[in-house]
Amino acid sequence: MESTNIIEGRNVVKCFKEVAAVVGINFTVKSGEFFGLLGPNGAGKTSVIRIIYGFSPLTAGHMHVFGININTGWRAIRYRLGVCQQENTLDPDLTVEQNLILYARYFDMKKTHARNRAEELLDFFALTNKRKSKVMELSGGLARRLQLARALMSEPELLILDEPTTGLDPQSRHQVWERLLELKKRGMTMLLTTHYMDEAENLCDRILIMDHGRIIAEGAPRELITDYAAESVIEIEGPGNELRNFVKSKDIRHDDLDDRIIIYTEAHGVLEEEIREKFCMESCLFRAGNLEDVFLRLTGRELRE
Amino acid sequence: MKRAKFSAISFRFRHVWIRNLTTYRRIWKINFLVPLLEPGFYIVAFGLGFAGLIGKVDYAGLSLEYTRFMAPALVATACMWNSFFETTYTSFVRMYYQKTFHGMLATPISVEEIIVGEIVWAASKATAAVTLMLAVLIPIGYANFPDALLCIPLAFLGGLAFGSIGMFFTGIIPTIDMFNLPTFLFITPMFLFSGTFFPIRGIPEWAGVISLIFPLYHMVELTRFFSLGAMESDPIFNLAYLMAFTVVFACLALFSMKRRLIQ
Repeated sequence: MESTNIIEGRNVVKCFKEVAAVVGINFTVKSGEFFGLLGPNGAGKTSVIRIIYGFSPLTAGHMHVFGININTGWRAIRYRLGVCQQENTLDPDLTVEQNLILYARYFDMKKTHARNRAEELLDFFALTNKRKSKVMELSGGLARRLQLARALMSEPELLILDEPTTGLDPQSRHQVWERLLELKKRGMTMLLTTHYMDEAENLCDRILIMDHGRIIAEGAPRELITDYAAESVIEIEGPGNELRNFVKSKDIRHDDLDDRIIIYTEAHGVLEEEIREKFCMESCLFRAGNLEDVFLRLTGRELRE
Repeated sequence: MKRAKFSAISFRFRHVWIRNLTTYRRIWKINFLVPLLEPGFYIVAFGLGFAGLIGKVDYAGLSLEYTRFMAPALVATACMWNSFFETTYTSFVRMYYQKTFHGMLATPISVEEIIVGEIVWAASKATAAVTLMLAVLIPIGYANFPDALLCIPLAFLGGLAFGSIGMFFTGIIPTIDMFNLPTFLFITPMFLFSGTFFPIRGIPEWAGVISLIFPLYHMVELTRFFSLGAMESDPIFNLAYLMAFTVVFACLALFSMKRRLIQ
C-alpha cells in the first residue's frame, strides 16, 4: 500500500492564462518527512503549494493528498492540513486568542476543544502573556508565531509552510526553527518553501529545487551538496591565469566569476592541499560547501525580477 | 473548481457570519448610534425646513404630513446603505487588504460559502439597523404597530438584494476607490428616484418606469405599506421583484468573486 505517500503529484501542470507556471512535475512527500521546495522567485513554488491545499485548480495532471484526489476531495483534505501562508492573513481587529479560537471554528471544532487547543499552542509558541493583545499591535516575529499556531489549531497531519521566516530577526527565526523541529520529532509531515538556504539545509530531510516550473534537482541536502557542489569550497579573490589554468588542467569543478573563483573540492584532499600551498598567498577562503552553492550553481547568478 | 458551484455551499457559511459578528462586536456600540439618531435628524430637518414649503403629500388616498410620508422610506434607505456598504468597502478591505478570505480558503470553507456568508452578514446588519430605527419610529407614531414590525423580515430580504449587488461590484472592481462609480451612478440616483422623497406618481411616466427597475423603489413601497397601511403598487409584485433581483445578483456575485479569488 502507498499509504505512506502524504502528497503525490503526477504531471502537475498549472497555467495562468497563457503563462505556464508549473510544467508537468512529479513528486511525492512521505509521511513524517520534512520536505523543502526551493527555487528563485517565479519558479512555481507557491503555485504548487496552492494546488496542494486546493486553492488553485490544476490545469492538468493529478494531485493526491492523503491518497485523496484534490479535485473531488478538497474539503476532506483541508480538514487534515494546516497552512501557514506567506502573507499575513490574521484578523487584525481581533486578539491573539480570538484569532486562534475563531480559526478552529472553520474546522467545525467544538468550542471547549478549541479553547484547550489554543491554550496548548499559546504555551508552545510562548504567546501566553500576549493572549489579549490585538494582532495589529504585534511585532513581525510574534505575528508569524501566531500564524503558525493558528495553522496548527486543527491538529493537522500535514503542515504547509510558505516562507515562514521571511522578514524575521535571527532570534525569531531560531525560535520558529526550534518549534518546527519539535513538531518534526512528534512525527508531523511538513512542506516548506523558503529563500533561506541555511534554513532548508538545517530543517529538511529532502529537497526539491524548481526553476521555470520544472524540477531541476531532488535529494537530501547533503546529497545535493556533494552532487552539485562539494563538501569543501575554496574562494579565491583576484585569481591569476596560473590558477585558472591549474583548475582547468586538473578538471576541477569550479565557477569563475572574473574577480573571484570558487573551487569545489573534496575535504582535506590532495587538491585542496595543493591549491592552499600554491595559490593562497592572500585572500583565500576555505569553507564547507552548502546548499546555497548548489542553488546558485543550478539556477544561475542572474537576477530574476 | 474554477466556476462557482452551488454544490459547494453548505451551512458552513455560518462560520463566516460568526467571524464578522465577532469583529463587529468591538465597535457595535458606536455603530448602533447611527440608525438610532438618523431618523431623528431627518424628521427634525425636513419637519422644520420642508413642512412650511410643502404642506401635505397625497399618497395612496392619504393626505400625509411630509415627514410622515418620508419616514418609512428612511427605513428602506438605511437597509440599502448598511448592506451595500458592507459588501463593497468592508468586504473589499477583508478580501484585498486583510487577506481574510485567503486565510479561510486554507480551511474547509469554500469560496462560495465565504460569499454567501458575507451577503447574509450584510443582510443581518441591515436588519439590525432597521430594527433600531423602528424602535424610534414606532413610539413617536411614525410607523404603525404591530404591522411595521414586518419591515424587519423585509429588511433581511432587502439586505440580501443590496448585499448581493454590492458583492457583485466587489468581484469586478479593480481598486477600492473605484467604488465611487457604482455609488454615484447606481446608489445615488436610486436613493433620490425611488419614491423616497416624493411620490413616483408625480413625475413623468418614463422616469417612473426607471424607478421600477430600482430595488429600492420596491423596498420603499413595502416599508410604506407596512408602516402606513397604504401603498400605490402591488406588494406581491414588489416582493417578487426583490426576490428575483436577489437571486440574479447573488449568482453574479458568486461567479465574479470566484473568478477574482481563485487563480
